[in-house]
Amino acid sequence: MKLKALKAAFPHTLPILAGFSFLGLAYGIYMNVSGFSFLYPMLMSVLIFGGSLEFVAVEMLLSPFAPLQVFLMTLLIQTRHLFYGISMLSKLKGLRFKKYYIIFGMCDETFSIIYSVDAPKDVDRGWFMFFVTLLNHFYWVLGSTVGGLVGSLITVNTDGISFVMTAMFVVIFLEQWIKEKNHASAVMGLLSAAVCLCIFGANAFLLPTMAVIILLLAMFQKPIQRTEVQLS
Amino acid sequence: MSGTMTFYEQIITIGLCVLGTVITRFLPFAVFKESKTPPQFINYIGKYLPSAVFGMLVIYCLKDVSFLSGWHGLPELIAIALTAALHLWRRNMLLSVSAGTISYMLLIHFVF
Repeated sequence: MKLKALKAAFPHTLPILAGFSFLGLAYGIYMNVSGFSFLYPMLMSVLIFGGSLEFVAVEMLLSPFAPLQVFLMTLLIQTRHLFYGISMLSKLKGLRFKKYYIIFGMCDETFSIIYSVDAPKDVDRGWFMFFVTLLNHFYWVLGSTVGGLVGSLITVNTDGISFVMTAMFVVIFLEQWIKEKNHASAVMGLLSAAVCLCIFGANAFLLPTMAVIILLLAMFQKPIQRTEVQLS
Repeated sequence: MSGTMTFYEQIITIGLCVLGTVITRFLPFAVFKESKTPPQFINYIGKYLPSAVFGMLVIYCLKDVSFLSGWHGLPELIAIALTAALHLWRRNMLLSVSAGTISYMLLIHFVF
């Protein structure tokens, strides 16, 4: 039963295999050239399993210790998982122990597969979702561990490799931009961060930026939701 | 080891990332019963916050770039424009990210 579910799950994870090996590798190399042993990317990928946050965490580990900022930053970057959870409430009903691992490992990519793809009729849907989660988790851990190991073997000049994080967030930002009808929130995020950076400086602008973003979104809830109704 | 943190501060930092992530993943299952729909404000925040967060993260990546001196962030801006243009053209994340990163590395190595 398990083997059948694994076989059914595998093809659906192939696109993720390509993406996660590449991004995981880049993440591991980035951590390595930042001076961390491969154990860091490996354990962080096992325990956090969230690409955006793991990249940001490298930067935070290189900065002065700021636990409150780290915690709030984590909540803000990961808030979207709340909504994956809400969408999965009924789908994970009655799965018992498998459910806890599936919830633990529900990154963007895993969610998009297990939410949209139904297991074939003769395959146990619990194990199917379990293996989709496990395979994706495995690809990411593998990529980042290998990156952490081979980073030191790279002999070409690696200056500027940290730009992989910038490029990744530019691409994710663009994808959000293309999908959404109302760009108010995207513009708010860019502007509040830029203004707070000018006022508070590179080491202190995150907390004020997060506060301003939440405040602005709360203040403009009515007008933003109104355009949504008009456009749809 | 790089950075200014002690080992224990690193453990706490990583631990907080894990804790925060686990909270966001498990909270819905602890709070919302299957029949209940979440409050409207939560739905609204969930729909619109990610764009703002990724906008903030783009700026976060540029926080140490000096726009007022040196090259005024020109290599970063060129590489971002390239990444964005390539992505709008092909919509292939792997291609855009790797080409953007490599072009940035070449830019700071050979041009600036």
